[in-house]
Amino acid sequence: MSRDEAAVDVPGSGPEPVPGAGPVTAGGARQPRALWTLGLFRSELSITFRRWRTLALLAVLAAVPVLVGVAVKIETSDGSTIGGGGEGGPAFIAQITNNGLFLVFTALAATLPFFLPMAIGVIAGDAVAGEANAGTLRYLLVAPAGRTRLLLAKYATTLTFCLVATLVVAVSALVTGAILFPLGEVTTISGTRMSFGEGLLRALLIALVVAASLVGVAALGLFVSTLTSSGIAAMATTVGLLITVQILDQIPQLHALHPYFFSHYWLSFADLMREPVYWDDLVRNLQMQGLYAAVFGSAAWARFGAKDIMA
Amino acid sequence: MPGTNGGPATPRGAEADHGGGESPADPGGLVIETRALTKRYGKHLAVDRLDLGVPEGSVFGFLGPNGSGKTTTIRMLMGLIEPTSGTARVLGRPMPRAARTVLPQVGALIEGPALYGFLSGRDNLLRYDSADPAADPRTRRRRAEAALDRVGLTAAAGKKTKAYSLGMKQRLGLAAALLQPRRLLVLDEPTNGLDPQGMREIRTLVRELAAEGTTVFLSSHLLDEIEQVCTHAAVMTRGRLITQGPVADLAAGARGRLVVTTPDPGEAARVLKERGVADLVVTEERVTGEPPGKDAAGRDTDLADLNAALVAAGVRVRGFGLERASLEDAFVALTGEGFDVAG
Repeated sequence: MSRDEAAVDVPGSGPEPVPGAGPVTAGGARQPRALWTLGLFRSELSITFRRWRTLALLAVLAAVPVLVGVAVKIETSDGSTIGGGGEGGPAFIAQITNNGLFLVFTALAATLPFFLPMAIGVIAGDAVAGEANAGTLRYLLVAPAGRTRLLLAKYATTLTFCLVATLVVAVSALVTGAILFPLGEVTTISGTRMSFGEGLLRALLIALVVAASLVGVAALGLFVSTLTSSGIAAMATTVGLLITVQILDQIPQLHALHPYFFSHYWLSFADLMREPVYWDDLVRNLQMQGLYAAVFGSAAWARFGAKDIMA
Repeated sequence: MPGTNGGPATPRGAEADHGGGESPADPGGLVIETRALTKRYGKHLAVDRLDLGVPEGSVFGFLGPNGSGKTTTIRMLMGLIEPTSGTARVLGRPMPRAARTVLPQVGALIEGPALYGFLSGRDNLLRYDSADPAADPRTRRRRAEAALDRVGLTAAAGKKTKAYSLGMKQRLGLAAALLQPRRLLVLDEPTNGLDPQGMREIRTLVRELAAEGTTVFLSSHLLDEIEQVCTHAAVMTRGRLITQGPVADLAAGARGRLVVTTPDPGEAARVLKERGVADLVVTEERVTGEPPGKDAAGRDTDLADLNAALVAAGVRVRGFGLERASLEDAFVALTGEGFDVAG
């Protein structure tokens, strides 16, 4: 920044070129650099995580394990067990009083069907449509961000949010569990025991699988986002689709379709708590997410690549 | 001549080819060139077989009433929308195909500024700069500060842009277009929302940029704005190009009129007629007419002689002068209708 220019407060300060304007070749064309291209992804990340909306979503997600933990603590304070020892409630909820680590599994099981994908739906749905709505999309493309590059940056940011959101739930649950309940050796679903350290490792693995379970919703949301210029409409559509699929997944007459719903194998992450681990549904879940990412990712790319940007 | 830019335009970066099979614009060649460029929405032709040529180094005014297809044309030039038919070349390369190499050399303000309201002015610039893969991140902050300084926004750089006035937003939009040295600036209605002082500043800025060798493509629905800064102009109505060329040539179609203000209009008219002033119109204390052309010896008539003749004849002259032809006169002559008739 040149100080002599700063002294002039009306626009313009003579015909000197903008200082420090980067490498300019003889033809005036600056060449893109491979590393510089990541700047857009970094910018995306910082913009996403600086918005109040994102922070509010994360705050809600962090509050869920606290609520569950406190509720379990209150209900069991007289020495009784959760739900009278019977069925009901999210997976693992009965074990929380023995081991706070189980709050991590319970919280993930409680947020995965709705809270987590809803948050992803908001972020993914707004990704392109929000920029179109604000008009900033045209300036990004004229910069030129490149349509494929912009879409990739948006998707990568959404996936980062999936991971961050899941980890927020897991860490909040771990902290709450450690404060309210004892920690110690972990009993698996299969009845075997493992050390607390190994249990913690499993918890991390489960968080990663839960984050990966959201890859499909993220791609779906991004595709919906390329269809409209209204961020709100895209968010509502994505969340609506999510609820619809969840309902359809409960209707027995549609069982032939169930294996194709992105949410069908979501709760398979519990199989990581078996000894030995039961992989079939876990693998099916990841395949399903990959399939959704491929199909809706391609659809979003095809749609966005050919779209007239009118906003 | 109205609207000549400050200095000789030095074409920048015209000397070397840089990769690719297609050559960049020739020196003095066309920076923007469209052939039969057409955009159709259903039955409505937004842009109809447009043949536009913007010479390098010019300040090119793109005129037309609201809704005449100016912004649609600009969006096609910037690769935002696909033409229905026809071709567009910017900096000698086809758009939208060569967007990646062309657009880093183009700064644009399209249909007003669009900003992230939750970010400060400075952070908005950093955001847009990081979208350009050819922008060096090491100089990003420095360039942002320089651009802010250039549009007079340094003091408000840290403020969130949702608190900006329309004029400040417009300036920030311009700053975004000035983050890099550009060969071409495309400014769509750049003075919208600005007060007269702001308009003057933008015009000064445009003249300076032109003097640095940047070609400026400026769309507006304000004739006097074009007249004040542009060397060339094109006029659109209803999606069609009516005319294009140097502003002086366009205005030359309608010549200036001689205007004499006097309490003795009858006598003045008689003297002027004797001296060869044609098409005299007398209204109360005002006499106007077409100044005489060349005399028998082939010399231009000196208007001072006309004035002397009036005074010699005892006409009391309050005002004497040439009212130059405006572009508006030229366009009314061209289109046969008022300029502000919507398409």
